[in-house]
Amino acid sequence: MDTQNRMITCKDFLRELSDYLDDATDPALRAELERHINECPNCWVICDTTRKTIQVYKGMDLHPLPERVHEKLMDAIARRAAHRAAKNGPAGGAAQG
Amino acid sequence: MADKPLQTAREPVSAGEGDLVERAKGGDMEAFAELVRRYERRIYRMARQITQNDEDAEDVLQESFLKAFEHLDSFQGQSKFYTWVTRIAVNESLMKLRKRKSDRTVSLDENIETDEEPIVREIAVWEDTPESKYSQEELRQILDKAIDSLKPIFRTVFILRDVEELSTEETAEILGLSIAAVKSRLLRARLQLREKLTRVFRRKGDGIFGYAK
Repeated sequence: MDTQNRMITCKDFLRELSDYLDDATDPALRAELERHINECPNCWVICDTTRKTIQVYKGMDLHPLPERVHEKLMDAIARRAAHRAAKNGPAGGAAQG
Repeated sequence: MADKPLQTAREPVSAGEGDLVERAKGGDMEAFAELVRRYERRIYRMARQITQNDEDAEDVLQESFLKAFEHLDSFQGQSKFYTWVTRIAVNESLMKLRKRKSDRTVSLDENIETDEEPIVREIAVWEDTPESKYSQEELRQILDKAIDSLKPIFRTVFILRDVEELSTEETAEILGLSIAAVKSRLLRARLQLREKLTRVFRRKGDGIFGYAK
């Protein structure tokens, strides 16, 4: 996108916001977007709070795996493996060690 | 629940994924168990967030790894094992949603107006460290409620990109969407969550910049 001779509008900024936050815009566009947020308090706030939104979710283990569910899963896999081993004969699928 | 969990020696974490997959294909159950242990937490978390239901997430987790086990021979190794299992788990999760919401279709291809401008209503700065004002449990509930309120198409893309931190390309591959479609949905998801969290986390009282209501 040629941004040399045109002003970035708030709509343009919003459209590019995700790429801007992901550092996926080319340097020329990035410079234009930065100039826009330095001059536009609304877009600055939107950008800042969107960045914080992403940050607050990163690293939050909202749903840790319960031990019971882990055990049930391993058990289901073991049963499936035993079933397959029984079907294929004694050579297949036995756990090592 | 009388059966004991799979009893296996712990595999060194450094074991390469390709090596584990090859060994699992050859019938080494310990290698497959190690692959499960590596990714089960992420798969469960993702399934729980998409389905919004503990029981469904448990089913999805189990079905996904059992399917991976059954179809391991067809896994070509062009993508990562995690990406492959995630694709299975996303499909299983969406099927659960469709079953529960039988009156409404749940589709990632839902026709969204990609050219339409995203809506921004709430413009207010946040408290400096809003997350420190709540207990972990309160914060968990706030974040969970916000993510649950998104449509499945937005929720799923946000979870893969911003919670599980997959790349745009990986997310597109898993969901069978174009890069542009992933980006468009991600932007909307982020902005919708921002709206919802701003209602909770906005700085109270001082009307900074005149934007806080």
